[in-house]
Amino acid sequence: MLTIFYIFAVLSLLGALGVLFLQNPIHCALMLVGTFFCLGAVYVMLNAEFVAVIQVLVYAGAIMVLFLFVLMLLASGDQTQFAVKWDAGKILAVVVTIGIFFQIASVFLDSEMTLGPKGDYPIETVEDIGSITLIGRLLFTEYVLPFEIISILLLVAVIGAVVIAKRRFN
Amino acid sequence: MIPLDHILLLSAILFSIGVLGVVLRSNVIVIFMSIELMLNAVNLSFIGFARSLDSMTGVVFIFFIIVVAAAEAVVGLSIILSIYRTRKTLNIDEFNLLKW
Repeated sequence: MLTIFYIFAVLSLLGALGVLFLQNPIHCALMLVGTFFCLGAVYVMLNAEFVAVIQVLVYAGAIMVLFLFVLMLLASGDQTQFAVKWDAGKILAVVVTIGIFFQIASVFLDSEMTLGPKGDYPIETVEDIGSITLIGRLLFTEYVLPFEIISILLLVAVIGAVVIAKRRFN
Repeated sequence: MIPLDHILLLSAILFSIGVLGVVLRSNVIVIFMSIELMLNAVNLSFIGFARSLDSMTGVVFIFFIIVVAAAEAVVGLSIILSIYRTRKTLNIDEFNLLKW
């Protein structure tokens, strides 16, 4: 189990590094799809099958197809203009990013992490009732207001995208 | 059972790679992909905590995060399309209309 997790973790990191280092944006997009698939596999190992399915359908499917569509519409042949120009600001940014990483890592590596009280859904309950049933039940009872708000957000995003992409600026 | 530390470490590394992508790359679409990577790293830590705390709240929040990510991708890419029409470039260094 742990070995499989490490394999998928390394694969997802390789995909992420591909996004960071590859020059052609289409290659970056395909590497990102690989990362999303590997993360989906990790989600399955963590007993979140529904999230894994959503991950593959929405992220690896819909969102990445959207990215590839925009790349198809806009991709310019000349990739040399996007090469990283190293200046003081870029080096400072890398240093700050490494600082951010160690800041995050220090939370769970240095000291003993104290977790809060356990919730109501141990692994046996989740496997007994099914994670999709539990998520659905929570979404339509406890989290029904955020659920409605998020649906309005989606509607606004769709309308906004159509308006922004359609308007012609002179 | 996967230890929580390992999941959080993977999540932190993925997040840092995403930040590096945002600060280093100059292709605006690749910057967008890095933002998606950062959102995924946060999703991973949500799931890790949800599993180790026997809670479903993290899983429900991932649902919301994915919806926000989809909305962000749609609006952002349409903004990129719209900028490309006027500036004819995808290079972030040339999007300087709001700079002073």
